[in-house]
Amino acid sequence: MPFKSFDEINQKIREKKAVVVTAEEIKEIVQEKGPGRAAKEVDVITTATFGPMCSTGAFLNFGHSDPPIRMSKVWLNDVPAYGGLAAVDAFIGATELSETKGFEYGGAHVIEDLIAGKKVKLRATSYGTDCYPLREIETWITKESINQAYMFNPRNCYQNCGAATNSSDKTIYTYMGTLLPAFGNVNYSTTGELSPLLNDPLYRTIGIGTRVFLGGAQGYVAWQGTQHNPCQTRGENSVPIGSAGTLALIGDIKEMDTRFIRAAVFEKYGVTMFVGVGIPVPVLDEEMATFAAVRNKDIYTNVYDYSVPSRSRPIISRVSYEELRSGNMAINGRKVPTAPLSSLKVAREIADLLKARIAAGEFLLQEPVMPLPSDSRQKTLEIVEAAEDATASRVGGTREEGSR
Amino acid sequence: MKKVKALLTFPPGDIGKPITYHLVKDYDLWVNILHAEIAATKTGKLVLDIEGEEDNIDRAVIFLGEQGVKFRLLNGSVALSEEKCIHCGACTSVCPSGSLYMEKPAWTLVFLKDKCYACQLCVKACPVRAITVTI
Repeated sequence: MPFKSFDEINQKIREKKAVVVTAEEIKEIVQEKGPGRAAKEVDVITTATFGPMCSTGAFLNFGHSDPPIRMSKVWLNDVPAYGGLAAVDAFIGATELSETKGFEYGGAHVIEDLIAGKKVKLRATSYGTDCYPLREIETWITKESINQAYMFNPRNCYQNCGAATNSSDKTIYTYMGTLLPAFGNVNYSTTGELSPLLNDPLYRTIGIGTRVFLGGAQGYVAWQGTQHNPCQTRGENSVPIGSAGTLALIGDIKEMDTRFIRAAVFEKYGVTMFVGVGIPVPVLDEEMATFAAVRNKDIYTNVYDYSVPSRSRPIISRVSYEELRSGNMAINGRKVPTAPLSSLKVAREIADLLKARIAAGEFLLQEPVMPLPSDSRQKTLEIVEAAEDATASRVGGTREEGSR
Repeated sequence: MKKVKALLTFPPGDIGKPITYHLVKDYDLWVNILHAEIAATKTGKLVLDIEGEEDNIDRAVIFLGEQGVKFRLLNGSVALSEEKCIHCGACTSVCPSGSLYMEKPAWTLVFLKDKCYACQLCVKACPVRAITVTI
């Protein structure tokens, strides 16, 4: 039986008596006092991440013009948004590129501009209907002038992620950053021991309905994320080696803060978005304290050769985040510099802020209404000649490095 | 006397010529090697401070061209915007000079302008465009 329930912890939070520490702080506590005592003393740990997450976007409802329009094609600051929804609903995806500025401006920048309170140019066209006669509109909006603006991210918070290097003789530009020739560098993207799903590796407390910090606002886990792959190979500590679980997140853009959500450009790859996520993990019992005690030295990932343009890229080596965080690692007997793509500094700010909000009684925990799947596998897309060839179920052969 | 910073790029396999010897001996240049990447089968790179008479530098550049060595002046000055930087660290592993690094344990990005060669690799590597070059 658990030591504590969500309800008991929430009662303590309401009374401002909950003991809240960050996921980094609890490691020291467990080391010093053991997981049993740590679980008795600590109620909640705060985990966080601030990394580039391409599968990010927002639903917007603009309100109706007079005369009204059923928007078919929609642009925001010349970035196409998807209008195949109701008359004035649209979805703007982070990676969509501007038709006038190309790689330097995209959907993520539109979202950041909206959050910053800037005016955004809305243009839409329509075929016109009896009930929606207007065929073209051009106007300006802000987050305050429109009805709803909520982020819905089909995939955030990748539970671990492959590291990237380049064996070729040319610099390559990838979603894992600039990779220099001849194993010139290794890039990785995780906050490691502070990362949400690495502190709850078997999704005991993080599930559908979990209340989270999303870009400064309170948001929720809406569903399993796309490419959720809980069956990834795991170590003895249950921590997956390579990309595994993912979360679909939802939250109100009107309450977000650009300190915790930022548009980004990966050279010759495209636009993406740094998304700040903080997730409280209740320390229900000794097992949760043991999970939360995980250190970077106990979290492993594979280093993939991104110069091989294939779904299954060759693995160059397996490495711990302690080694990656040291600033260099050995490849073929040579010291190769390593660099993170996610910001540990901003993630720590999020973990501290969430800790303060919980301690102040402003942020209650939400027990999941349904657990995340624990047995789904990631499928591949096969290129087949005819429709009848597509019937066979193909499982396995996953792209383990965790494509964005 | 004139002083310039330059990036020399050698074609793959072309490592047999004592280029820096010629710069010193034939053109009376003071050469300080800031960074070198030399491998038998890969494109080679040399970042140099070159000091000497302007005329000699100009003749040396022509000589380098004849040898198939590309010469690029590194005359920009790299600037980091503290306001835009999110301290992700993406620029640090491409920086050959060690002037961009993560200060631990805070994991704050530090930029040491004095150590910078202005090779500008970081400009493209920065996802939030916090690094710019001014000439």
